[in-house]
Amino acid sequence: MKHDRTPAIIAAIFLAVVIGGPWLPQWALFILTIAFAHGLVALGLMLLLRAGLVSFGQALYYCLGAYAAGALGKFLGISDIFVQMLAGAAVAGFAAFVLGFLLAKYRGIFFGLLSLALSMILYGLLVKNQALGSTDGFNILPSTLFGIRPAADWVRYSVVVAAAFAGLAAALLVHRYLNTPLGRLAPAIKDNEIRVEYMGTSARHAIHVKYVIAAILAGVGGALAATNVGHIDPEMAYWTTSGEFIFITILAGTGNVIAPFAGALIFGVIHSMAYDLSPNTWQMSLGTALLLLIVFLPNGLWSLFVRRKAA
Amino acid sequence: MDPILSVIVDGIMYSAWLFIAALGLTLIYGVMKIVNVTHGSFYALGAYAGASFTGAWLARGYPPMLSYAVLLVAAVVITLAFAPLIERGILRFMYAKDEVVILLITYALFLILEDTIKLIWGVNPYFIAQPYALLGSFEVAGLSYPTYNLILVGLALAMGGGLAWLQHSTRVGKLLLAVIHDPEVSRAMGINVGKYYLVTFTFGSMLAALAGSFTAPTVSVVPGLGVEVIVLSFAVVVIGGLGSLPGAALGAVIVGLVRSISVHYLPQVELFVIYFVMAMVLAFRPRGLFSLAEPRKI
Amino acid sequence: MAVILHARGLNKSFGAVTAASNVDVRVEKDSIVGLIGANGAGKTTFINLITGYLKPDTGAILFEERDITRLPPREITRLGICRSFQMPQLYSSLSVYQNMMVGLGVVLRNAGRGGYFSRGRPQVPGYDAPAEEVADRILDRFGLADQRDKNAQVLPGGMRKLLDIALTMVAKPRILLLDEPTSGVSAEEKFGIMEMVLEAARAEGATVLFVEHDMEVVSRFAQRVLAFYDGRIIADAAPEIALADPEVKRYVVGGVSRA
Repeated sequence: MKHDRTPAIIAAIFLAVVIGGPWLPQWALFILTIAFAHGLVALGLMLLLRAGLVSFGQALYYCLGAYAAGALGKFLGISDIFVQMLAGAAVAGFAAFVLGFLLAKYRGIFFGLLSLALSMILYGLLVKNQALGSTDGFNILPSTLFGIRPAADWVRYSVVVAAAFAGLAAALLVHRYLNTPLGRLAPAIKDNEIRVEYMGTSARHAIHVKYVIAAILAGVGGALAATNVGHIDPEMAYWTTSGEFIFITILAGTGNVIAPFAGALIFGVIHSMAYDLSPNTWQMSLGTALLLLIVFLPNGLWSLFVRRKAA
Repeated sequence: MDPILSVIVDGIMYSAWLFIAALGLTLIYGVMKIVNVTHGSFYALGAYAGASFTGAWLARGYPPMLSYAVLLVAAVVITLAFAPLIERGILRFMYAKDEVVILLITYALFLILEDTIKLIWGVNPYFIAQPYALLGSFEVAGLSYPTYNLILVGLALAMGGGLAWLQHSTRVGKLLLAVIHDPEVSRAMGINVGKYYLVTFTFGSMLAALAGSFTAPTVSVVPGLGVEVIVLSFAVVVIGGLGSLPGAALGAVIVGLVRSISVHYLPQVELFVIYFVMAMVLAFRPRGLFSLAEPRKI
Repeated sequence: MAVILHARGLNKSFGAVTAASNVDVRVEKDSIVGLIGANGAGKTTFINLITGYLKPDTGAILFEERDITRLPPREITRLGICRSFQMPQLYSSLSVYQNMMVGLGVVLRNAGRGGYFSRGRPQVPGYDAPAEEVADRILDRFGLADQRDKNAQVLPGGMRKLLDIALTMVAKPRILLLDEPTSGVSAEEKFGIMEMVLEAARAEGATVLFVEHDMEVVSRFAQRVLAFYDGRIIADAAPEIALADPEVKRYVVGGVSRA
């Protein structure tokens, strides 16, 4: 049996961020934080993808997390980044718990379209909501950590550390989950639900659980992204945002919990570079990359590192 | 000035637009079983082609009354330039894949086409109001409506009627039915399924382009035009039932009326309500209000 | 002997098709029952009804006096009634070993072990060993050890059947329903497979019902035979008697389907 190196790698990454962070320029810290935020969303999508489900509306929970974090600041004056993440997780998790009763009954295209419709419903509600700034959204308070407001130069660094902590802790927790019977059920559900049912367990229940976990991850990601950018708007719930998350997930593949973060980082870096170079061909590059990935690397970039499927 | 009447008239006009916008999507799904995101691209291509061709036409001083024909020709030409290329060059090799994967492939193509449009036409808005303004307006119950909207209604009826006739009264329509129900058996019986797919994809995309082209005179044609159309078309088609022609009509009418009602009485829920209806239909009747005959599960 | 399963007055129709007509069967504990009948006679429907995949229009199913008629398949599996499939139901993208691990994982989960917060390697109930060991043990017993890392999809027909049955038996069922356990298996292998499976079942104290088309297999292994025709049971006796029954000869053995 292969020795599990993932937890060690995760710990190493965290240390690298904490130690190396202060030496990095501000823009790099920004991208790194977004990578952790988006990576969290993609991690959740990966959980669902392993069970054969693609959510076209994960932006719903990303946006809920962001607005929850923002609302904390706007209406309650709370700006602690951990509280923001918790709020994002709670709101998104609760919404997914409720919606999951409905969604877990669907598969394939219908699951995708229903999740899309739900995210567009949120978008529609936010766009017309004056209290939350409608299409302009609103700004979020600069974060504090445990009551301390970091000095201006250290803000980004502290956010990165918090993001890395959240992202990598989530990765560890999900990694453990994937080795439990419920976690291992995902590919079985994708392959043969009837057999799963006849083995004595409910596929629907398993999917509901995964859906809620994915939503919580996306909610935390949304809160982080909001804090990092400093601004929240309904665009975060738009279907094109969900599309970007799907791209990252496909880029990463479903092989390992670190992959979504690597994918998000690659995406983030290329996004900034391509956008600076030529904003009018960014989508074309994205589309071409997606097409090539689907055709030639359906198991994501990670499959390049893993020659043989581990036993 | 009966408010209910104005709600209905508004609703019908919006429904007509929704119908022609969504028809191609449901046709392609019905025959090829793919959810085609490039539908939005062809709408945009049609709008841009319509706007630029008509703009050129009018600039040369040709008769404005013929600009409607130009809009038609523009849509046809632009579709023929792109659709067969996409179907033969890329999609054709992907039909064996999972339907979600194919959707993602069409999404990738949509992204590519979005920027292709920017490269061809630039990012500045196109505005050709003449075909629209030329027809003036008419009055219903004291409120005035642009006569141009009647063209959209007419187009909706023509497209719907035409497709229905094709489906029921022609040999092609009947063969198409065979292809829809079982492509493999159809192939075994000598039907050139590949050709049907090519023609369907091109024709369905052309419907989208026509919708875009004829909408162009009423809006400012800008990048991103196709983006909202896709989701709205999804909503219409899902409500009526993926692949169903009468379903698309019903879906268009429902969404059109629902939106019209909300715009008049509760504007805050305008966007929300359309997707809410879509979610409700998906939740209770995922196959839509007019479902196609379903194969038995086991 | 104690009655472990009682199907009482089962009726099931699909429109004009009668899949089950007043089916009334009492199965004794530890017995081995063969179900025969032409295609469409109602054997698989019978299994589908017992395991909750279908609900009868009228009638009830009692497992040791408990009414299980309305329960879904997963509940019935948990109670100890497991079935294998006519067409092997495997996890096609997983290896043989991974297939077993999924099955054992479910068994662990149903026993409340191996959850998120558990430590170490939990013992699988009924085997007293961790899942990894048990998987290899079962694969060994079914002769699939060499195929351990092969993808389930590429196995030859007979081995797919074996894997399907192995997955079914993972939970050590009290009642084992085998749907055509030797179909798709070569003639030489049929007896061997039946012997292996029945021996394993008997060792666990399971009652076995099996659907078969091969009358030699039926005569050799069944203690009692139920013959189906047109949704009804037309014979219920020891194999020698049932197979000699004129109606059975006409509608089953001769292979005549419903006129």
